[in-house]
Amino acid sequence: MSERFSIARLAAMVLKEFIQMRRDRLTFGMMVGIPLLQLILFGFAINSDPKHLPTVVQDNDRGVFARDLVWGLKNSGYFELRGSATDNRQVRRLLDQGECSFVLTIPADFTRTLLRGERPQVLLEADATDPAATANAVAAVNQLIERALERDFTGPTRSLKRAAPAVDLRIHPLYNPEAVTQYNIVPGLMGVVLTMTLVIITAVALTRERERGTMENLLATPLRPVEVMLGKIVPYILVGYVQVTLILLAAKFLFDVPMRGSLVLLYTVSLLFIAANLMVGVTFSTLARTQLQAVQMAFFFFLPSILLSGFMFPFRGMPVWAQWIGEALPLTHFLRNIRGVLLKGNGWGESLPHLWPVALFLTVMLVLGLVRYRRTLD
Amino acid sequence: MPVEFAIDVQDITKRFGDRTVVNRVALQVRRGEIYGFLGPNGSGKTTFLRMLCGLLTPDAGSGTCLGFDLLRDSGQIKRRVGYMTQRFSYYEDLTLEENLDFVARIYGVPNRRAAVADCLDKLGLRDRRRQLTGELSGGWKQRLALAASLLHHPELLLLDEPTAGVDPKARRDFWDEVHQLAAAGITVLVTTHYMDEAERCHRLAYLAYGELLAAGTAAELVRGAGLATWRVRGETGSPALGARLRGLPGVEQVVPFGAVLHVSGSAAALLEHSLAPLRVEGLAVEPAETSLEDVFIHLMQRAKDNYR
Repeated sequence: MSERFSIARLAAMVLKEFIQMRRDRLTFGMMVGIPLLQLILFGFAINSDPKHLPTVVQDNDRGVFARDLVWGLKNSGYFELRGSATDNRQVRRLLDQGECSFVLTIPADFTRTLLRGERPQVLLEADATDPAATANAVAAVNQLIERALERDFTGPTRSLKRAAPAVDLRIHPLYNPEAVTQYNIVPGLMGVVLTMTLVIITAVALTRERERGTMENLLATPLRPVEVMLGKIVPYILVGYVQVTLILLAAKFLFDVPMRGSLVLLYTVSLLFIAANLMVGVTFSTLARTQLQAVQMAFFFFLPSILLSGFMFPFRGMPVWAQWIGEALPLTHFLRNIRGVLLKGNGWGESLPHLWPVALFLTVMLVLGLVRYRRTLD
Repeated sequence: MPVEFAIDVQDITKRFGDRTVVNRVALQVRRGEIYGFLGPNGSGKTTFLRMLCGLLTPDAGSGTCLGFDLLRDSGQIKRRVGYMTQRFSYYEDLTLEENLDFVARIYGVPNRRAAVADCLDKLGLRDRRRQLTGELSGGWKQRLALAASLLHHPELLLLDEPTAGVDPKARRDFWDEVHQLAAAGITVLVTTHYMDEAERCHRLAYLAYGELLAAGTAAELVRGAGLATWRVRGETGSPALGARLRGLPGVEQVVPFGAVLHVSGSAAALLEHSLAPLRVEGLAVEPAETSLEDVFIHLMQRAKDNYR
């Protein structure tokens, strides 16, 4: 083609999209509403500090120390005693079925070992399928045990009071080795919300032109494919920024998420991610024949994004093949960056390793979209 | 260097799968001419128009459009062609003004604002320029579409059934405007189903099942068909007469026009001989001029026999 890229034509396209976006009140409302709704639902549901977690005690010692230890845990409010167990198989079944979140096992020689001046082992098995649910209790348990026993160490046993912990507490977080803390959720949610809304919005954009018959007109004009595509993307970058800002405000004022890194870096990191998601949508809409198909494709993209990016499940807990898929997704890298910047105060140096994969993804999608874009109605 | 033909194509062929939609069509349209494109639904008219403006790629054939190569220079052609699609294809969620502005920007129309304002004035839609396009009636949409496709001053206008579903008054206004455009030097290629519109074209082509069956002026087409036609006046609503006429030797088609039946056939003498006995029965039988419609129905029937 002899024609060159034209800013004027791109501007025409961008302007048109803006007007259409403004007219489409429902979609526009969703762009603002979905982030807030999701943030509040996810944020509050996941960020709550669960207490009264069902706990079963397997006390093989039945001494005073053991009993006080158990009571100490109970008084904290985190653990609610749901009876006692007698053998390991029963314990495992209770955990498997989700009947209890914790099983505390105190060995038969607990009192003896303690009085001997040694550190008896206590085992706390935690159901960590939902790590956020048990994380706080797990974090508190060591301290709780020490405090409970400290009160017993008076009179003849005062000598047992030492700087080192009296009990060797072993915690086995079952089913899920990595505990996700609550601060992970809100920044993670930013990536999820951007993925869910932006991919759909552009996935529908080109197919809508085709379904309404306006594509025939667009194709008959001198508009070039890249102008059409960028014209579909640019307006929604702004929408993405509105979403990012909303979520950041909520993170700060609703959830007290720390913001240690630079906002400029954060918005730069977001720009690439937003563009990548929009481009995925545009590429989908070059593949799909109808709007419905485009939406379905978008959902196919959400599932791995949400499941394999480290948002839902800890990345390192996934099998290697799943990690490979995760590495190919922009959300995975965005999550690492956004958490890094917000929570750890990462700078450009730490962010770059997770920035280029997103850029690469964007480029691949752009090329794929341009290749697939039908210049004709053939 | 002025090119005599606005459209000059040979052997244009388009297949969708194993179905040939346009088969080796050759067409020459002079500059400033209004060229009518007729044929039954699905005959390949729209496909042919789309190939002319680069919306579809021909599978075979070659030619020029406004002097540019059809296959290589589609970008140049697009800039000089105004295409009015069969289905309204502007944005219903934009206002009239926004739609025109969008088109003007895309084509880089100089003095854009003035051009758009001027266009709205000509349409008489200045007061309604802030109205959403989706709220317009069919006739207004069609006028807007024509105005929008003229905004960049194209040299060639491709109109795909522009007056389908438009009332007679609006149709007449529309054709007056088309003639003004042609007088101003714009070439117009228009598809239609209406005979009165066909008669308003300078030249015509008839397409059926992807084949170009006839081309020329209306008079040439009538002459070329070689049909003799008789007018038979029977009683109103007499299907029996029609059936009887169809059974006579030499009668190739019988078309009712109210109480009158047009009876045509290629063999004039045989036809006259067959119809003679009817006079005796008291029916009015008189020779008639073969109309364009008779010719087209004839062409369509012949095409059905040959290509189906």
